Amino acid sequence: MGIIDKLNKDFESRVRLGIMSVLMVNEWVDFTEMKNLLNITDGNLASHSSALEKSEYIEVKKEFVGKKPKTSYQVTPRGRAAFKEHLSYLEKLMKS
Amino acid sequence: MNQKHQEDLAHIRSMMERSSRFISLSGLSGVFAGLSALIGGLYVYQLFKANGIEYFGEQQITIPASLVNQLFYTGLIILAFAFLFGLTFTVRKSRKYDLPIWTSATKNMLFNLAVPLVTGGIFCLALLHHEIYGFIAPTTLIFYGLALVNAEKYTFSDIKYLGFCELVLGFISLFYIGYGLVFWIIGFGILHILYGLVMFKKYK
Repeated sequence: MGIIDKLNKDFESRVRLGIMSVLMVNEWVDFTEMKNLLNITDGNLASHSSALEKSEYIEVKKEFVGKKPKTSYQVTPRGRAAFKEHLSYLEKLMKS
Repeated sequence: MNQKHQEDLAHIRSMMERSSRFISLSGLSGVFAGLSALIGGLYVYQLFKANGIEYFGEQQITIPASLVNQLFYTGLIILAFAFLFGLTFTVRKSRKYDLPIWTSATKNMLFNLAVPLVTGGIFCLALLHHEIYGFIAPTTLIFYGLALVNAEKYTFSDIKYLGFCELVLGFISLFYIGYGLVFWIIGFGILHILYGLVMFKKYK
């Protein structure tokens, strides 16, 4: 199996890469901030984040601040490990 | 294929940078903050002269209470100008590069900057209260230097070099009480202008 086959399919999309990158260097990041950082639409972020949640790479927290619902994201240990692995494969690919 | 992976890596790096560091601070903010301090410092020198005090004279100077008040307000005005310039150029830069301003990185940076700055400010108010004017300039330089070194994790890390320079200048001025204004003009005026120009060129 070549290195390319080892690349995690879950991280193929730019948006998912972005979400993971932001969460690698921050603790909890809320929906609005994530949306602004990545410059994407609500729907786009919602669909990609739920895909990452399904793979158990991120944890989603929903709470109410006053009457407004607030969604925040955090990376799970599993997600951190998977992303690090993905990064090191990418780097290996660059070198070869 | 290779092209895509390279772009992926670049994207990852930029998202990490963008989300964890406050990078909208423009070099021009530094230049104009420095100019405000320079002009303010020279104005203070004129104030001394107008009050019949020879700043670089041989004898120890005593500062009348009215002049202390004037100096205090001059300081506040310089601070307000520096802050306004900083804000203006930051907003301009973030609009130009489409960077969000009020992020958790910004809040982290401001908090880390504020802890030493507020501490130093209160310390200076106490010095003012006890009429120990000679130590005010070194104190402002040292606490400002500490604030910059402290905020380094949340903005361009080059800022720590400015912080170290302010610290060294503050240390030297501790031993040359009576020349505070000179060190203050170098630290807040000239160093800011130099740093601002270097940053402006580097991150343009």
